[in-house]
Amino acid sequence: MVIRIALAGNPNSGKTTIFNKLTGSSQRVGNWPGVTVERKEGKLRGKDNAKIVDLPGIYSLSPYSPEEIISRDFLLNDQPDAVINIVDATNLERNLYLTTQILEIGIPTVIALNMMDVVKKENIQIDTEKLSEALGCKVIEITALKGEGVSELIDAVMSVVGTDADSKLRYSSKLEGYVSKMEEAMRGSVSAEAERWYALKLLERDERIGKALSADLLAKAESIVASMEDDLDNDADGIIAEERYAVIGKIVADSVDKGDRKKIETTSDRIDRIVTSRWLGLPIFAAVMFGIYFIAIETIGVWGTDWLNDYIGETVMPAAADWLGEAGVADWLSGLIVDGIIGGVGAVVGFLPQMLVLFLLLVILEECGYMARVAFVMDRVFRRFGLSGKSFIPVLVGMGCGVPGVMSSRSIEGETERKITAMTVTFIPCSAKLPIIALIAGALFGQSALVAVSMYFIGIACVLMSGIILKKWKSFVGTPSPFIMELPAYHMPVVFNVVKSTLDRGWAFVKKAGTFILLACALVWFLSTFDWGFNMVDAGESMLADIGNSIKWIFVPLGFGDDWEFTVATITGLLAKENVVGTFGVLFGAEEISEAGEEIWNVIGRMLTPIAGYAFLMFNMMCAPCFAAIGAIKRELGSWKDTGKAVLYQCSLSYVLALIFYQFAHVIKGYGVEPWIVLAIAAGAALVYLLTAKDPFKIFGRIRSNA
Amino acid sequence: MKTLKDIKPSETATVVKIYGEGRLRRRIMEMGITKGCEIEVVKVAPLGDPIELTLRGYDLTIRKADAEQIEVE
Repeated sequence: MVIRIALAGNPNSGKTTIFNKLTGSSQRVGNWPGVTVERKEGKLRGKDNAKIVDLPGIYSLSPYSPEEIISRDFLLNDQPDAVINIVDATNLERNLYLTTQILEIGIPTVIALNMMDVVKKENIQIDTEKLSEALGCKVIEITALKGEGVSELIDAVMSVVGTDADSKLRYSSKLEGYVSKMEEAMRGSVSAEAERWYALKLLERDERIGKALSADLLAKAESIVASMEDDLDNDADGIIAEERYAVIGKIVADSVDKGDRKKIETTSDRIDRIVTSRWLGLPIFAAVMFGIYFIAIETIGVWGTDWLNDYIGETVMPAAADWLGEAGVADWLSGLIVDGIIGGVGAVVGFLPQMLVLFLLLVILEECGYMARVAFVMDRVFRRFGLSGKSFIPVLVGMGCGVPGVMSSRSIEGETERKITAMTVTFIPCSAKLPIIALIAGALFGQSALVAVSMYFIGIACVLMSGIILKKWKSFVGTPSPFIMELPAYHMPVVFNVVKSTLDRGWAFVKKAGTFILLACALVWFLSTFDWGFNMVDAGESMLADIGNSIKWIFVPLGFGDDWEFTVATITGLLAKENVVGTFGVLFGAEEISEAGEEIWNVIGRMLTPIAGYAFLMFNMMCAPCFAAIGAIKRELGSWKDTGKAVLYQCSLSYVLALIFYQFAHVIKGYGVEPWIVLAIAAGAALVYLLTAKDPFKIFGRIRSNA
Repeated sequence: MKTLKDIKPSETATVVKIYGEGRLRRRIMEMGITKGCEIEVVKVAPLGDPIELTLRGYDLTIRKADAEQIEVE
C-alpha cells in the first residue's frame, strides 16, 4: 500500500519550495481531471512507499473556484492518509482560516509552520506547543528556503499516518450547540470522522455539500440553519466565518508574543510604497514591460529562436536530404522525412528558445511578487473587457509571437479571465504575420505604413470586443471570480524554483502541444505535395489545390474567392503564417521569393482590388492562428471541444469583420452594391447585439436544459 | 452609512457589517474582513482603482465597488 499525503496551504505560503524539498526530483506534473489546474505529485524523499499530492494553493475550502473544489473533493473522496498543511508563520491568522477547515475533515494533519527565519528575525515568539495543543495536531517549525525542519516534518507526518485525527478546535458554545444538533441529525449518513466537516458546511449553507445527502436530511438541516440565524442574528456564512476568525484570534493571542513594538515597516513595505505609488507606479510598470518585450521579443529570445530555426532549416534539413539522397531513398519518403517530420519537429522546438526566455522572466516576476502588482496597477483598464490586469503581458508578448503569448496567460489565476485571454491574444499581429502585411501593402497600397498600423488597431479592437462578448458566454468561460487579491510580500526568487518552473512550462508545451502541431503540419505538407494518385507534384496540382478550388466560394463575399490561390495560401498559413507569402511564390511561379514577396506584387495587384486585398489581410490576421498557437490554446483551455469553439469563434469574427469591411467599402468606392451586403448588414447587427445585449448566450443554456 | 470606500489612504477603520451576497461576500469574509477587524487603507492604485488594504498583518487589494459593500466605523 502506498501512503498518500496531501500538501495543502495558502498561495504564497512557500508551498512550491516545500514540495520541491519533500520530493526532490521525482515529480509528475499533469492537470486535475476536467480543469486546467496543475496537478503535481511526487515520491516522498527517502520513503519508497509514500507519495505527496500537491493541492492547489487556496485560502478556504469553499465551493467556488475550481482550485477549492479540487482540493476538497480530493480530501473527502480520495481519502489521503495524512495532510501536511503549510502555514505561513508571518501571516498566521489568515493561514489558519484554511487550517480550521482542514482539521474538520478528520484526516490526520501535521502543520508545517513555514518562514520561521523571518519570524525570528522580527523577534516574534511563537509558542508552537501551545499552538499544537489548541489545534490538536502536530506543529513543526520549518524554513523551507534553507531546508530547515524538513526531515522533522517528514518524520512527523509518517508518525501520524493511521492515527485518529481529533480536532480540538471548538467555537462558541452557542454555535457548538447547533453543530451537535446537526451532527445528530445526520448520524449514520456520513462517516464519523467527517461528521464535523459536514455539520459546519451545512451550517454555512454550502451549495455543494448537499449533493451527497438526502433531501429529507437537507430539509432538516435547513431548519437548524434558520433557527441558528435567528438566534445569532446574522447570515449563516457570516456566523461561521466570524466564529472561525474569533477562535483563530484567541489561539494567536495565546501562543504568539509580538513584543510591545509598534508595527514596523518591512523592506517589502518600503519597496511597495515606491513600486505601486500614484506617480511612479505606471512608469515602473511601463519600464518592466519594456524590459520583457526587449529581452524576449527584440533580443535574446528572438535570437535564440531565429538561430534554431535557421539551424534546422538551413543545416539539418539539407543535410538530411543529402544523406537520404545518397542512400538512394525514394523522393517521396525523403520528402516525408525532411519536410514533413523534421520540418514539423522544427515547428515545435523552434519556439522553445524564445518561450523559455519569456517563461524565465515571467516566473521571476511571479516569484518576486511583482506579478500581483501588475494586476493591481492594470485592473481598472482591463476589467471592463472581462480580462485581468495581468492580460497585458500576454497581449504584449503576442506582438512577437502568439505561442508564448497564449502560454503566458497561465499567470492569470481567474479561470474566466485566463480563458478569454488565451483565446484572444492571437488577434494581435505577430511577427510572422508581418510579411503578409508587407505583401499586401506593397502589392496594393504603395507600401503604405498605415496598413500595418491599422492591423494592430483592428487586432487590439478584436481583443477588447471579444472580451466584452465572451465574458457573457458563461457556459463556456465560467463566471469571473471576485477580484479580492492578496498582495504578497516581495522577496528574492529562489533559483531552483525559477529554473524548475521555467523548464516545466517549456516541457508542458512540447508534450501537450507537440503531437498536435507535428501531425497537423505533416497533414498539410502531405496535401500540398501529392495529387490524388499519390504522385509527388507541385503545390499547384496537389490535393490542396483541388480542396482550395472546391471551397474558394466561401470567400466570394469577402472579395478574394475567385482565385483558389488565396484559399490555399490561407490554409498553408495554418502551418506558420510566414508560409502565406512563400505559398504565393510557388503558386505564381516565382523563381525565388523574398520575405515581403516583391516578385509577385504585380500579379497580386492584377488579381485583387485594394479592398479585396485588405479583406484578405483582415481575415488572415484574425482567423485561426498557426497550428502551434492552436496547440498552445488547447493547453490553456484544457479540451479539444473548447479549443474547437475558440478557433471557430476566431474564424467567425474575422470572417464577419472582413465581410462587413469589403461589402461596405465596395459601395463607398462606387463599385456598386453586391447582394452579399444583406449578409454584411445582418452580421453587423448580430455583432452589435452580442456587444450590447446583457445575456446573448442564454439560448445556449436553453438548448442544453432542453436536451 | 460609512463604507471602506470612504476611508482615505493611511487611515484605519473597524468593520461593522458586510453587505452583498454569495461568492463575493463569502470571499471578503474568508480573506479576513469580518466584523470587528481593523483595516488600514494603504493606498489607491495609480489609475484610481482598486485600493490596497492592510489587515491581520498582510496586504490585500479590493475594488472600490466591492469596498462599498463593507460598512466601517
